[in-house]
Amino acid sequence: MSVFRTILFVAALSGIGTGLASAGLHLFTTVPLILQAETFEGAGEASPAEATAHEHAPGTAAHEHSHGEDEWAPADGFERNGLTVIFTVLTGFGFALLLVSASEIAGGLKGWHQGVLWGLAGFAVFTLAPGLGLPPELPAMPAADLDARQLWWVGTATATATGLALLVYGGSPLLAVLGVVLIVAPHAIGAPQPGSHDSPIPESLHHSFVVASIVASFMFWVLLGGLAGWLRPRLAQRAA
Amino acid sequence: MTTERTTSAPSLSAESPASRAIQITFAALLGVVVLGGVGFSHVSAAHNATHDVRHANAFPCH
Repeated sequence: MSVFRTILFVAALSGIGTGLASAGLHLFTTVPLILQAETFEGAGEASPAEATAHEHAPGTAAHEHSHGEDEWAPADGFERNGLTVIFTVLTGFGFALLLVSASEIAGGLKGWHQGVLWGLAGFAVFTLAPGLGLPPELPAMPAADLDARQLWWVGTATATATGLALLVYGGSPLLAVLGVVLIVAPHAIGAPQPGSHDSPIPESLHHSFVVASIVASFMFWVLLGGLAGWLRPRLAQRAA
Repeated sequence: MTTERTTSAPSLSAESPASRAIQITFAALLGVVVLGGVGFSHVSAAHNATHDVRHANAFPCH
């Protein structure tokens, strides 16, 4: 089981390290913008989906929502931010498992530099491609049906990853063309969009959030790839 | 599962391709399960706990 063990250890260490750094970054960049956006909740024309989905904010906001009283939500401050740290670390672990697994198919990461390139691929697959159709979104913004968006998000990430693999490892012009088609196809189909983009959130606030989220994601992926690439030869040597 | 081969590089290539493929698949599936729980769960308490992470990482939310 040494391949599995190596992937697990490399992913755990690089995921935890990257998750902790990324959580620190988010708590100072994106999270304050999310909190700011929540002050606009209920201010505009809330869609039915939003009215039931945003029950987390204690205090004034929570009581404006129909499910605010009977569903658990973390208290603002330490509890809420602590959960953000924990789940950002888990996100790091999850993405690291995918990155390291995929790179094992290609023979395994040889060093930090190669890892960074794989990290850039992860950034393209999981941030840039889904973000073109579904940009990072703040609370209180209108959005299409959740299931439809999740399906499009997963489909787009899968198609982009397969397309990139065909471009890099396909080795023939035909497969390269197929790779390009796979990467473009989700955007030709188009992401599910809400009926109206009218939003109580100021455009400048949303723009700041999109930039902060994508830049934080870029740093997340470069660090994750670099760490995984640096760790993998060291841990594989021990496991072998 | 393992064949005797001396490789100087830490390449884990001593295992059969089938064994490697299964192990890699399981590791990737574990990643999918972890990300599914954090970013895609419809359970309300899970949504509330991961809310800021979902928004910050642009997972589809509400």
